[in-house]
Amino acid sequence: MALKFELVTPARLERSIDVHMVTVPGSEGDFSVLEGHAPFMATLRNGPLTIYATAGAAPEVIEVEGGFAEVNEAGLTVLAEHIAS
Amino acid sequence: MANLKELKGRINSVKSTQKITKAKKMVAAAKLRKAQAAAEAARPYAERLEGVVASLASKVGGSDSAPKLLSGTGKSDTHLLVVLNSDRGLAGAFNSNIVKAARDKALELQAQGKKVLFYLIGRKGRPVIGRLFAGQITELYETTGIRDIGFDQAHEVSAKVMEMYEAGVFDVAHLFYSKFRSALLQEATGQQLIPVPAPVDVPASSGAAVEYEPDEEAILADLLPRNITIQIFKGILENAASEQGASMTAMDNATRNAGDLINKLTIIYNRTRQAAITTELIEIIAGAEAL
Repeated sequence: MALKFELVTPARLERSIDVHMVTVPGSEGDFSVLEGHAPFMATLRNGPLTIYATAGAAPEVIEVEGGFAEVNEAGLTVLAEHIAS
Repeated sequence: MANLKELKGRINSVKSTQKITKAKKMVAAAKLRKAQAAAEAARPYAERLEGVVASLASKVGGSDSAPKLLSGTGKSDTHLLVVLNSDRGLAGAFNSNIVKAARDKALELQAQGKKVLFYLIGRKGRPVIGRLFAGQITELYETTGIRDIGFDQAHEVSAKVMEMYEAGVFDVAHLFYSKFRSALLQEATGQQLIPVPAPVDVPASSGAAVEYEPDEEAILADLLPRNITIQIFKGILENAASEQGASMTAMDNATRNAGDLINKLTIIYNRTRQAAITTELIEIIAGAEAL
């Protein structure tokens, strides 16, 4: 089982994939989300979002701006106003 | 009866008009597809954000410390009408329908003794609103020269609206745009922008306790302005799709009308020509008989 991850910008749904882990730049500190994370909501600061597709894989880094993250049973959803990969 | 040369000229002029309307129709059809795709692509973000804001608002909404964007200023003396229009005509009643909706609302508010201000986006609404409500246009937003009006523009507009709200320029804001139902049907609508209307369908909260970082109110204060931006963005996209839809329908009608007109003119042309030939023949025969 993997973590369901969605990255959404106002223009479109950027990513909707299953990943191993995502590190999110929370406004009060970075946090990583694995599968089965407790329900959680946080605002994000502008910074790098790191996606690990599988354990030990080379991470993909996406710069997010104006973001918000929500973790629920369905997975992790990151809303961002701008992204740059 | 008009002479043949004149008729020929008119037929040709209608023909070239038809060519223009036909081309505009095809351009609109192509742009409509693009605008519709953009409107659809923007939906996930808006839906998710609305969901989060609704669930947070229902939690925080009752308390006194709720953000001003949610609870309002406590009065409703001054209303701001944000009106989205396009820059181009040739789209049937598209722009005038939006202006009409805004005007009706403004007159209704004024009848209640409220002050009405306007924030106009796009060029087409200006002359009419400027004439009817002189001096009440506070802001204009120029969209000429912008090829694809998008999120950045929505952001600028909402930043301006928010700034005016913070400064106490108005108490309630409404957004007017044309909702895209189908290529044939667009509906000019108005919706309340500020204060954020109380959510009607709050999704049933799942049993699990959600952790917030920072707390609910801080998140809500952060998300509300974004929600307003998204509402404006959505309005812009719906408007863009509606404009192309209206344009396509209007140009289709125009092309058909031009076709009808050409048929009618051709019949008149043929009759006139036949009449001229008949007259000539009668003259010749009459001349021959006289000999």
